[in-house]
Amino acid sequence: MDRAETELNVPQGAARMAPFPSLRRGWAEAKKMRQSYVLLAPYMILFFVFTVLPVAMAIAISFTNFNLLEFPKWVGWHNYTRMFLEDDVFLIAVKNTFLFAGIVGPISYMMCFVFAWLVNELKPRTRALMTLFFYAPSISGNVFFIWQIIFSGDRYGYVNGFLLDLGIINQPITFLRNEDYVLWIVLLVQLWLSLGVSFLAFIAGLQTVDRSLFEAGAVDGIRNRWQELWYITLPAMRPQLLFGAVMQITASFAVADVSTQLAGFPSVNYAAHTIVTHLEDYGTIRFEMGYASAIATMLFIVMVGANVIVQKLLRKVGE
Amino acid sequence: MSTISTAKQKRLNRSFLGDLFLFLFLAVFAAFMVVPLVFTVSNALKPLNELFLFPPTLLVRNPTFNNFVDLFHLMSTSWVPFSRYIFNTVFITLAGTVGHVLLASAAAYPLAKHKFPGRSLLFSVVVLSLMFSPKVTNIPNYVIMSWLGWIDTYAAIIVPAFAYSLGLYLMKQFMEQIPDALLEAAKIDGASEYRIFWTVVMPLVKPAWLTLTILSFQTLWGTWGGNFIYSEQLKTLPYALNQIIQGGIVRAGPGAAVAMFMMIVPVTIFVVSQSSIIQTMASSGMKE
Repeated sequence: MDRAETELNVPQGAARMAPFPSLRRGWAEAKKMRQSYVLLAPYMILFFVFTVLPVAMAIAISFTNFNLLEFPKWVGWHNYTRMFLEDDVFLIAVKNTFLFAGIVGPISYMMCFVFAWLVNELKPRTRALMTLFFYAPSISGNVFFIWQIIFSGDRYGYVNGFLLDLGIINQPITFLRNEDYVLWIVLLVQLWLSLGVSFLAFIAGLQTVDRSLFEAGAVDGIRNRWQELWYITLPAMRPQLLFGAVMQITASFAVADVSTQLAGFPSVNYAAHTIVTHLEDYGTIRFEMGYASAIATMLFIVMVGANVIVQKLLRKVGE
Repeated sequence: MSTISTAKQKRLNRSFLGDLFLFLFLAVFAAFMVVPLVFTVSNALKPLNELFLFPPTLLVRNPTFNNFVDLFHLMSTSWVPFSRYIFNTVFITLAGTVGHVLLASAAAYPLAKHKFPGRSLLFSVVVLSLMFSPKVTNIPNYVIMSWLGWIDTYAAIIVPAFAYSLGLYLMKQFMEQIPDALLEAAKIDGASEYRIFWTVVMPLVKPAWLTLTILSFQTLWGTWGGNFIYSEQLKTLPYALNQIIQGGIVRAGPGAAVAMFMMIVPVTIFVVSQSSIIQTMASSGMKE
């Protein structure tokens, strides 16, 4: 049985060299695979310990009452019923998270694509510079705190200073302490940070689209650049589009750091509260680990669910 | 040559107004992206009187390094010397990044080039892990760290960083382009897989190393130490930056100086490695 399995998995090249592998060759293949497993092992062990196991644990802990000190107590679905029936703040967090994801997700995805598309039309040197401009915010670490100064609530804030100077307002607006503004500011900063890996993937994807397809398209009656985009470019870079979607969706559901930094924690009337900040509240402040894990499990289901649905939709692009 | 001339002909079909609109659009958004970064650099170089000018100015008029000097004065009076925060961030970033590039490359090679039982399952789990944020696993990770006795150690930040899934994903996709013939030639010469990995595969995937480096670098460079670090001596630069900013308006100058430093390092690495990264990203696509 073992041998049959190893023979089935002989790399193609080796199979071509010897159509009827001997016992000795079979053993050699097994040995070769052992080397594959050895190469994989260090990464995979850590990956399982720090990613796979924690997901399983989060799901298990979500059915318990756990405060890190005592042994977890089984409570069944109680954490989940509490989340939806008793916790009003959670419902605000869900609403905000979906609002963020529903706006930041699609807009940032389109921004990544549109800017990649435009940047790609430039000459190489300008292209490199523009790529840097668009990508820099997402790699600049915690520099988004500069927005705190831009939207600062006193007259030294850039926006307030500007509006006061023009005489549009008489009093500085406390942007970050006002429910009407804070959500939108977090959203704006999140968009500012969102031209990340997907943007680079799209630039790369556009550069690899086969130029001869455009000529063929012109012969087939493609008239303008929108048709060219829809019928040729998008289908040709579908793999990058799928990858970019995963990156943007996951990030858009995980909004938290920007909210905590700009709007404070908790934000005024929970105006910028998200599922992740709610999770942090219960996990790192109140130490209700069972309940926090239930929130984490919900977040996991929502993120993976959204990704799976969007993957299905994107596979239809250009069809 | 003929492709170029046809491409030019095609451009002629495009309307001038459309071009103008698109490039204006590009310019406006480029400004939106860049202005906050310009503020950061410019604030770091502003003397105190310019920082509190009304109305605020975008660009510095009399650049000075006083804020950096102030920063070191400020931090020399703190309990933990400022150099310690820099050391912590640099150490965590370098150790985590080197480990990640090595381990992810070693795992990507068999996933890309060998056929063994469990290969597609392992890779699907890695792809699945791209679909949720690591924030989902914060709480169990805390429990695991305390089992391991790693709370309040560098290891709690560095070791999990070795196993970022995005790095493995990109590296594996990139390695798939290596021609099999090269690997087979090495095999016929009797090289072990370890040797092939180290002497044939690794030199071929240099662009991907740089990509994994910048991605891991940017994550670790910005890390606060999460919930795992409590000792002041082990805290990182972003934490120090936040402490300074919390000091309020009088700390605006030194705060801007740290922010500029935090920003300049990853941006410089990106400037140097941009073309390699784009090259890696060309193979980043998800196959159907």
